[in-house]
Amino acid sequence: MSQFAKSFLPSTRGEWSSRATFVGVAILFLFVFPAWLSDSRLDLMSSYVAYAIVALGIAIAWGNGGMLVLGQGLFFGLGAYCVAMYLALVEVGGAPNLPQFMTLLGSQETLPALWKPFNNLWFALSAAVIVPVALAATLGTLIFRSRIRGPYFAILTQALAGAFGILLIGNITLINGTNGITTSFSEIFGLKLAEPEDQKVLYTICVIALGVAFLLSRQMLKSRYGRLLLAVRDAEDRVRFLGYSATKIKVIAFATSAGLAGVAGALFVLVGPKIISPASVGIIPSITMVVWVAVGGRASLAGAIAGAILVNTAEFEISSAAPEYWLYFQGALFIGVVAFAPQGLAGAATWLKSKITSRGDSGATSTAKPVEEAA
Amino acid sequence: MEAILNQLFAGVSYGSILLLIALGLTFTFGQMGVINMAHGEFIMFGAYTTYVLQEVLGKDQITYAFLLSLPIALVVAGAMGLLLEITLIKRLYGRPLDTLLVTWGVALVLQQLARDIFGANNVEVVSPSWLDGGITIAGVDMAYNRLFIIGLSLAITAAAWVVVGKLKQGRRMRAVMQNRQLAGASGINTPSVDRRTFFLGSGLAGVAGVAITQLGSVGPNLGTNYIIDAFLVVIVGGLGHLRGAVIAALSLGILNSLAEYWSSASLGKVIVFLAIVVFLQFRPEGIVASESRGLA
Amino acid sequence: MSEPFLIDELLKIRGLEVDFDGFKAVDGVDLDVKVNEVHFLIGPNGAGKTTVIDCVTGMTKPTEGSIRFDDVELRGKKENSIVKMGIGRTFQTASVFEALTVEENLDLAASFRFSMLKLLRQRRGTTDAVERALEDTGLTDVRDKPAGTLSHGQKQWLEIGMLLCQDPKLLLLDEPVAGMSPEERTRTGDLIRLTAERCTVLCVEHDMDFLRRFADRVTVMDEGKILKAASTVAEVQADERVQEIYIGKGRGIEEQTQEAGA
Repeated sequence: MSQFAKSFLPSTRGEWSSRATFVGVAILFLFVFPAWLSDSRLDLMSSYVAYAIVALGIAIAWGNGGMLVLGQGLFFGLGAYCVAMYLALVEVGGAPNLPQFMTLLGSQETLPALWKPFNNLWFALSAAVIVPVALAATLGTLIFRSRIRGPYFAILTQALAGAFGILLIGNITLINGTNGITTSFSEIFGLKLAEPEDQKVLYTICVIALGVAFLLSRQMLKSRYGRLLLAVRDAEDRVRFLGYSATKIKVIAFATSAGLAGVAGALFVLVGPKIISPASVGIIPSITMVVWVAVGGRASLAGAIAGAILVNTAEFEISSAAPEYWLYFQGALFIGVVAFAPQGLAGAATWLKSKITSRGDSGATSTAKPVEEAA
Repeated sequence: MEAILNQLFAGVSYGSILLLIALGLTFTFGQMGVINMAHGEFIMFGAYTTYVLQEVLGKDQITYAFLLSLPIALVVAGAMGLLLEITLIKRLYGRPLDTLLVTWGVALVLQQLARDIFGANNVEVVSPSWLDGGITIAGVDMAYNRLFIIGLSLAITAAAWVVVGKLKQGRRMRAVMQNRQLAGASGINTPSVDRRTFFLGSGLAGVAGVAITQLGSVGPNLGTNYIIDAFLVVIVGGLGHLRGAVIAALSLGILNSLAEYWSSASLGKVIVFLAIVVFLQFRPEGIVASESRGLA
Repeated sequence: MSEPFLIDELLKIRGLEVDFDGFKAVDGVDLDVKVNEVHFLIGPNGAGKTTVIDCVTGMTKPTEGSIRFDDVELRGKKENSIVKMGIGRTFQTASVFEALTVEENLDLAASFRFSMLKLLRQRRGTTDAVERALEDTGLTDVRDKPAGTLSHGQKQWLEIGMLLCQDPKLLLLDEPVAGMSPEERTRTGDLIRLTAERCTVLCVEHDMDFLRRFADRVTVMDEGKILKAASTVAEVQADERVQEIYIGKGRGIEEQTQEAGA
């Protein structure tokens, strides 16, 4: 028990400083942002916080596991649609009633069977996580078992996201095709999504979810499993010939990233634009999610969060000022970061830290660790 | 029955476009391990080349403009590919995943560039009159423009086969593909072979773009519609194999159109994807497997 | 050292064939490795030695034949279950996890029987097996360094150390001293001697001097076939056919030894 209790206390200076950073960032998100940002900007920030949860998953699978996941939009979308369907039913007063768009389209007489279970909040919430995880675990097992990796895996995930996008667009009567499902006028846990006061609560929920996701992910990466994941990334055969199932190790990381994307999607429909449509789940949004993590520094969890929030803020600022320049900016960011600064923000932070500590004393314990640990 | 035959024809037609696109990818992916996501944008610029030539030469020179645009698009897209290789891809040798991401960034820039130059709306390319209409054989309606594309694809595949199989340049390409270090050590200038391969591979994308103008309007997102399917062709076909690419392109084209016919356009892609995953369970290295016993 | 006259065969290969698209890399190989011996497998490049090892470990699927380990057929088993039966292997170019520290490398090797749940827990301290491997390999001083910063020799020792952590019954070494300096060779030899006290060793190697010093028995392969079945070092060196394949490929055994030792 004392061992257990001790495990919560930092033992090195590096741990102390990362603990302090965590508390500082938590204060920033929980108190400074709500006081500083306007209601609508805070609501938008909630959606960036949700995006940051997707980014954590990508940092695990891609940065640490070497699996370039180009189809996270699929898992994000599954999570989002699961909750959006619940919200769309709540809006019209529950199950036998048809969601707004179905009434408008006049396409369905009665509620389709697919929709019925989503009348239940807990079903919808658990499906938002279980469906992405199950799908990723199944596909991952099939793909990794036949030793498909590297670019091949990346292309397959991208094709999957593309196929999912087309599937959504084609299903107009069932899930409103291109237009997607809007959730602005609905509520969850008695919180009205359009109400600024309730939006603040939802923001806090998003931030806490991100905090929990971060801590769990960090725990995962610091464990033996996390080391194994790096090992699989760098020398898969050696891992296999040490008696481990490389497939299992990879599937767990891939499914975790899918689960995190599902959680993010579930939160996403509660905040910000309050809509989920094929435009947020296909090939392009999926690869955009990878840019956030690339900017943050691929393997670093903190970097992934910073990348997601900074890139999205930049997108909002630039595209509201000069929309035609955003794509140039995004493209340049992609090229610049990946080709010339693959360590991203995390690399810059490590470099800065080493500069500062080398000026102070040279016996720093934390800086010698590789970037992977800059979580 | 006739309906199915018609679907088969549509499938072969789509497959031949995929083949045209995948040929270039097979070269660059097979030889250099480079996943070039901007390949789709080279297609798009190839298509715009046709449009520009038509605008420049005028409405009464449609045929000239079209035929002329085939070699010009090859050079335009090839030059773009060469530029990309020299400036970026060369630096990323041995980092295939990073190359994929960087070239995606290039693709975004090129799309916006096209939007700025040609406008966000699609433009129309007029077909030469001899490509209008079609013939009906055994109940199958074969449009001339589709027949032309199938013919073009066959001709270019044959040419590629000759280049790779018979000519000096092709021998060098194969040498580099099989063992880069050994090829370099035996006096082959591998960077120069890389540049030529990239020029050729990208140029073929331009030619594919010209062909695609005959099927619909041309817009900045033209390439993205085809690129993923073309990459799947390369994966299913096997790395750097012409024969595999041909079989895979036609199979995927036909499967696509049959799956869409039997289910729906939206479910079709999902079915094709699942079919590919199942196929890879049995032949993870694709139709034509590379002879290797290495760790990869 | 091991006792040379045990009758029990730990590894028994019969009629092994491997066909790479029409090319017979291994063509009807029989091989017996006795319990606790240090068995060398030699032969010119392309003789099929590494392919035999690949077959035993499940990396390559044989076309024909049987591979029995401790009287259990290995064909058709997965790589990781073969490892769990007690067979460890090294690779021609040492394969270690470069981003991880030496200690972490060894710890991962030692944890190979852990359940996934246990692997998800954070590591606290090291086990005895890891400490012993650090000592055996002489890597204690660099335990906290990333394995990527080690020298070529140190990486080989680390890889052998990782396998020792797993307490294997049979260790397959693929050219453990290739590219090493004479001092490194000696240290590797000492490590293999230590290894041989705990388990059976099958070693693919070119270096004749190394072989003379450490082999209990030697099997010679050429062009996918067994040229000379398991015999003592002296017998192998006296065999004219063996001399011929080395001379025939351009160099004599002695010449090669000198060159390798230089």
